[in-house]
Amino acid sequence: MTSPLRLCVRRSPAPDARDAATLVTLRIPSDVDCIEEAVELVVRHCLAGHQTTRTTRFRLQVVLSEALSNAIMRGNCEDCRKWVDVRAELWVDAIRLYVTDEGPGFDPAAVPDPVTPEQLDVAGGRGLYLIRKLVDAVQFNEQGNSICMTLRRR
Amino acid sequence: MGFSQTKDANGVTVVQVEGQLIVGNRQELKDLVQAAVDGGERRILIDFSRTGYIDSSGLGALVSISKRIREAGGELRLAGLNEDLRSLFELTKLDTLFSIAETPQQALAGF
Repeated sequence: MTSPLRLCVRRSPAPDARDAATLVTLRIPSDVDCIEEAVELVVRHCLAGHQTTRTTRFRLQVVLSEALSNAIMRGNCEDCRKWVDVRAELWVDAIRLYVTDEGPGFDPAAVPDPVTPEQLDVAGGRGLYLIRKLVDAVQFNEQGNSICMTLRRR
Repeated sequence: MGFSQTKDANGVTVVQVEGQLIVGNRQELKDLVQAAVDGGERRILIDFSRTGYIDSSGLGALVSISKRIREAGGELRLAGLNEDLRSLFELTKLDTLFSIAETPQQALAGF
């Protein structure tokens, strides 16, 4: 069986090594069973050729898994006709991950704080909170259907 | 990736999480523990010694599992979390909700 994931890796020709970025893009179907394979593929490319701590690898795996899960389940509502696009910009000192779905978007400010006593034993609602805690910067596009996560290499 | 279930000498059900505990397999873990509870098991240890990473769906599944076991009059303990996995519980304050031991042996002692 062939993989439904479409991976593209492109290295920029920028002469200044400080500005040289490798671009990795991946398009995955709206199927939660694809998440683990997609995470392993992207993380492998993000870390190739760099000395990386176990914690950096772990954080990348968790936040990418979270973002894909949100995109597939909440953004695309697991609609098999819709796709999720991952774009990873690999810099010398940082990794920037964009995850974009085909949904209408959401308001990240409206997500309740999951660590309040009332929310603590609620099963869901920790994904975005974990992302914010594990990366150095998080941004959304205006529509709210694309998240950008920046993680410094350590 | 998967789950294995054994029983220790004192009758505690030990579930080992091998690989990831994420949105794609959380239901399998919930079903496995529910079947154990339905079968009369009341002392359950989940061992994360061979776990790579857990996402928020996996954490949520553990919250649900904990509730079900408590409602049945039983007890859930967690063990074998490395530093990174433990940080997820600390960041989400779930370390205050679960009984977490350093090793499976420590968790089983006096269970």
